[in-house]
Amino acid sequence: MSAITMRELTKVYPGGVRALDALDLEIADGEFFALLGPSGCGKTTLLRTIAGLEVASGGSVRIGERDVTGLPPGKRDVAMVFQDYALFPHMTVRDNIAYPLRIKKVDRRTRGGKAADTAEELGLSGLLERRPGQLSGGQQQRVALARAMACHPQVFLLDEPLSNLDARLRLEARTFLKRLQRELGVTTVFVTHDQAEALALADRIAVMEGGRIRQVGTPTEVFRRPANTFVAGFIGSTPMNLIDARVHGGELAVGPARLPLPDDSHGQVTDGERLVYGIRPEYLDYSPTAVPGALTGEVVVVENLGSVSLVSLDVPADDTGPADAGSPAGDAGRTSVQVVVPEGAEPEPGDTGWVVPRPGRSLLYRDGTLVTATATAEVPAPRAGAAVRS
Amino acid sequence: MTTDTAPVPTTEPTRPTVAVRHLLAQIGRYTFLCAILGFFALPLLWLATAPFDDTPTVTASLPRFTLDNFRALLDNPYALSSLLNSVYLAAGTAALVVTFAALAAYALSRVRVPGRDALLYGLLLLSSIVTGTATMVPLFELAFRLNLIDSRLGVILILSGGLLPAAIFILKDFMDSTPTSYEESARVFGASPLQIMRHIVVPLVRPGLATVGVWAVANVWGNFLVPFLLLRGPDKAPAAVIMYTLYTEGGQADLRLLSTFSLLYSLPVALMFVFVSSRYGFRFHGGIKR
Ligand SMILES: Nc1ncnc2c1ncn2[C@@H]1O[C@H](COP(=O)(O)OP(=O)(O)OP(=O)(O)O)[C@@H](O)[C@H]1O
Ligand SMILES: [Mg+2]
Repeated sequence: MSAITMRELTKVYPGGVRALDALDLEIADGEFFALLGPSGCGKTTLLRTIAGLEVASGGSVRIGERDVTGLPPGKRDVAMVFQDYALFPHMTVRDNIAYPLRIKKVDRRTRGGKAADTAEELGLSGLLERRPGQLSGGQQQRVALARAMACHPQVFLLDEPLSNLDARLRLEARTFLKRLQRELGVTTVFVTHDQAEALALADRIAVMEGGRIRQVGTPTEVFRRPANTFVAGFIGSTPMNLIDARVHGGELAVGPARLPLPDDSHGQVTDGERLVYGIRPEYLDYSPTAVPGALTGEVVVVENLGSVSLVSLDVPADDTGPADAGSPAGDAGRTSVQVVVPEGAEPEPGDTGWVVPRPGRSLLYRDGTLVTATATAEVPAPRAGAAVRS
Repeated sequence: MTTDTAPVPTTEPTRPTVAVRHLLAQIGRYTFLCAILGFFALPLLWLATAPFDDTPTVTASLPRFTLDNFRALLDNPYALSSLLNSVYLAAGTAALVVTFAALAAYALSRVRVPGRDALLYGLLLLSSIVTGTATMVPLFELAFRLNLIDSRLGVILILSGGLLPAAIFILKDFMDSTPTSYEESARVFGASPLQIMRHIVVPLVRPGLATVGVWAVANVWGNFLVPFLLLRGPDKAPAAVIMYTLYTEGGQADLRLLSTFSLLYSLPVALMFVFVSSRYGFRFHGGIKR
């Protein structure tokens, strides 16, 4: 059980791909930590570099008090669960789970017993003599976890542990994984490209893009206050609305609409400044009747998401500025705004609707970075109390 | 409707001729297959009957049953021991080839070396020359300088050298098709490269190892030239060489001894093939059966 500290960690693959770019990250002791990001952003590379399967091109990795940057994987006291689980197909479940102990020269009988104990904890007792090929996906995943647990490592590394399971099983396994990590209290880093999974499981999340970390924070922080427009667009089951806006007399102008400035941007913006207004579709209220000053437009698409519907409106927007002068000055552009509408209140495509932001839920981005009350920091670290505003 | 019925009258008269043509084609195909089959079956038939015939000829015929031929063969001082010599040579070569080919194929499959494929194809090309007739003189010379004339080790080394490239080539395909995550997983648990080889790689490519082993044994078993040139006395000669000495005083091939010996000579390899094939599955390509 140890903290993991990475300093200026860089990995350049032969061929010149810079998969990790001077990355700094601290993962606390006992934390359940998620690495989240789009495909190819370097999540697996980071995990493999912590494990020692990739040799860092620069920087350092520390696990607990030890600098492990130059150590081979076997000496780092970590256990890794691979995306394909990598269960040895020629060994029984028992032998698979006992394999780390076999390497440690534990005698056959003792390790067989320990494997059986671990299997019991994970509900695999009846399967000890089977081969991995005779197990379901969920069982295979638990055998892989059991094998990782059997060597009592300081750190668990899980590469997309749930992505090989079907949707229903994934939910079950998610809960199971979270409980297991709580009980064991071992520092765990897991990779995922599913933001819902990261939000549900992790104590803290690092959102990555192009080998860099764009934001680190608790699920609440990352969800409520994305530090930049990349994270804002990535987190959330429906991406945040990011609308071009202009500061105008203490309000935000989006085309003809006038929206209140977010609370903590007061005094941070100057009149006439162009910014990006961010609000989640969940935090917009739809109204079929006119509301003065609200965003308004024609309903284009209605997507049924089960208990709610996602409605897209075509809204006249502020002109996107002289930089991309595709349209003559003064001619307002149009933008799409998405809003979540509860069951029973869905409009029809072609209707005209008004949307009103809920107070305290909107954010402002200047040059892609969040505008906050305390200057503009790349990674804001509001305390738990400050994060829950409303 | 009219377009549906239109083609029917035109196909109706041709249907019997199509059937006849089909039948003729079938007859032709089976006749051809029978001819081929006979071509291969007759020698085997001879092998099955001649040893038990008291006056065998070069044709296969219903034998007048006797076991005298086997008794005569037992009287030959070198016949049985030569089979044992063959076993020594084949087992030694197969062990060397399987061990070294596995190590080399693993390394070649996992390590990126520039020009690796060119190296492999080059070796494969050259290997057919190494144990071929063309290099017999330099090989003899080499064995002479290394003091390996009339030594089983010499024969084993030279045969292994000839078989290794193709064996590496076959095994590399097996190694390539085992996912590296198995090995990486073992590495994270702290396994050494040799442990990974023993615990993970060898069991996974076992069908490949079995295939290469059988193939090496069959090759050595049938090799005449190398042991014939490198081994001096009949006491070390393998069966393939001893068979060459089974003549009557008159200088004629002794068919009674020859046929009996041939049977004893071919049985072990055939049995080994059946055993290995049923146990490990005999195949020349990689891939994991779970
Ligand atoms: N062995 C390799 N050699 C060269 N480039 C590589 C290698 N492995 C990964 N890369 C590159 O490094 C970058 C990061 O890859 P990585 O596998 O870490 O992404 P990822 O975030 O895990 O993506 P995914 O979600 O698709 O698994 C990618 O651009 C990838 O093409
Ligand atoms: Mg990955």
